[in-house]
Amino acid sequence: MEQLKFEYPSAKRHVTKKAHVGVVGSGDMEVLMQPTETGSAYVSIQTSVNGFSSSWKAVMDRFFSKYDGAVRIDINDAGATPGSVMLRLEQAVEVIES
Amino acid sequence: MSIQVGLRGKAWFEALTGKNSPMAGDPDSVLTADVKIGEDTARFLCVVPNPQARFPCARRGEVGLEEAYTLAARVNEVIEQNTSADKQPISARPIIAIVDVKSQAYGRREETAAIFLACATAAEAYASARMKGHPVITLVVGQAISGGFLTHGYQANRILAFDDSDVVIHAMHKEAAARITLRTVAELDRLGHEIAPLSYDVRDYAKLGLLHKLLHVEDPDKPARATVAQVQKELIDAVADARAGSTDLGNRLTSNAARETRKASVAARAHIEEQWMKA
Amino acid sequence: MSYPTVIPEFVLRQSFIELDARARAQSLMDPGSWRELVGPFDRIESPWLPEQGIAPQFDDGCVVLKGAIAGKAAVVIALEGGFQAGSMGEVSGAKMAAALDLATRDSQNGKTTVAVLLLETGGVRLQEANLGLNAIAEVMASILALRQHAPVITVIAGTVGCFGGMALAAGLSSYIVMTPEARLGLNGPEVIEQESGIEEFDSSDRALIWAINGGEQRVAMGVADELVLDDAQKIAAIVRSHVEAGLPAVHRSQQVDLYRERIRALDTSRQIDPLTLRETWGGKTTVSKTRKGVTR
Repeated sequence: MEQLKFEYPSAKRHVTKKAHVGVVGSGDMEVLMQPTETGSAYVSIQTSVNGFSSSWKAVMDRFFSKYDGAVRIDINDAGATPGSVMLRLEQAVEVIES
Repeated sequence: MSIQVGLRGKAWFEALTGKNSPMAGDPDSVLTADVKIGEDTARFLCVVPNPQARFPCARRGEVGLEEAYTLAARVNEVIEQNTSADKQPISARPIIAIVDVKSQAYGRREETAAIFLACATAAEAYASARMKGHPVITLVVGQAISGGFLTHGYQANRILAFDDSDVVIHAMHKEAAARITLRTVAELDRLGHEIAPLSYDVRDYAKLGLLHKLLHVEDPDKPARATVAQVQKELIDAVADARAGSTDLGNRLTSNAARETRKASVAARAHIEEQWMKA
Repeated sequence: MSYPTVIPEFVLRQSFIELDARARAQSLMDPGSWRELVGPFDRIESPWLPEQGIAPQFDDGCVVLKGAIAGKAAVVIALEGGFQAGSMGEVSGAKMAAALDLATRDSQNGKTTVAVLLLETGGVRLQEANLGLNAIAEVMASILALRQHAPVITVIAGTVGCFGGMALAAGLSSYIVMTPEARLGLNGPEVIEQESGIEEFDSSDRALIWAINGGEQRVAMGVADELVLDDAQKIAAIVRSHVEAGLPAVHRSQQVDLYRERIRALDTSRQIDPLTLRETWGGKTTVSKTRKGVTR
């Protein structure tokens, strides 16, 4: 098990909604996305697949290069691919920004 | 294992009741007897091996179709006798399950004939008796595994178990669990010592807060008279304790051990209640 | 010339099986009537999974919705088959039992509250073993307590089905609704093959599995109440009708003498042909108090 944390201080745009997407099946993940209480975005990941922290950072960096919402993101992961991770994040954003 | 599963149950049923046979019309795998303990006449029930059982997969002490429906019938009988009293209802008499069961019966006939329903009827009988005020006491003298235990014993007000290495309470046999979780038996043992709910050791089971008492008895395979008398006294005390408590399973959350090991259960329940009241 | 557009029913049909537990539960409740209790944002997870290297789920695989069905107070409790095969752990079991107990309490205080259980589950979560097994015992006790006041309606839709200790919980229910894809049994075919040999049950024989445990068989032999196609609206309609019907006159799990006789009458010298049980057992069990003239 690994706990990974990332911060995105430039993601400061106030949001009001929250979203939950996904089921923690094998090769899948779930994400909670909600307004942060710290003023800027941060991410907490709990994953059962160790050794991919740079891959996670790359996905999160790419996500926050396009998204500036001040969100708290929590993830439970059982081996989702970077593509699946991005898809889940985008599904969550759709709810937040709807 | 020093003794075949089910034989210790048989030995203790006989030691506590002086009897060793099924009631008229019942299969040889279910022993039932009405015997005085203290001021009460308790009904004792035990599932034992029956090599001549009609169902081939239920010959070694498993709880199968016949066993489950027989238990249900004999427990319901106690409830019916109590409620059909002409004048005052008789004081709801104790029901004592002596448990040494390998598991539920694993067979095609069993699935075809809906063993899930059979087991449900027995569990319902025990639970109904409990809810109607009968003290239901379970004494685990050997194994209490999975569906067998859910059917025969787990609906009790109070569960007692011997502090003995042949007493195993668990969701799945070690060998089968090792196969399914792709671990070795040695790894399971190690894991069990670190994570209490996974342990095959009854002393770790006791930490979960579900047991009323862990009983230290001399030579549980061949109990001496003094040992039997000791256990009888514990049963009488458990009956009194059950009578003084509620008819639900709440003591499994409020025991000292449960407060330690079942914090997540307590928290989850508290949160559900808090939000229920606001919803 | 214009032609009217005809959309075939099977295109309009919303699959219930394709929905996750949360969406299934929502689809059964009166729109706008429900709130989720202890959902994923509360993060009440399993304390036992992370230390075994298994990713937990924020709701521990159990969804609790409190609201109304057909205008009557109801709680829907759904197990997520996609998480650890819907298995019962300490937390998911505690959520289910607590919700049932609160429905009982409300019912005792004059607000009769029905429970609907969506059981997509393999039984005990082996990674929580004894706490999972006890949780099932507690759920069974809670079902029986609520059943004194209000019906407990179980829906098994697939693809996981309802196996293990939770099949006993299904057996205690007031009504069981199944799809043809669903299965209900105490022991899965792999476990039987493992414990009793491949002659006893070849777990690769899919036709055999559904012939014994499948929804069509269970309903036809009278140990489940309704067979419904995988259609969310149809399933919701059947659940509503059971909520409206209320408690049955007698529960199936109370009919001990009937079933004891049926077991006595079986020829156990060979395997039992499931089809014969459709004839000898079929349609003679749960009768709703309010359903006149319909024997199920």
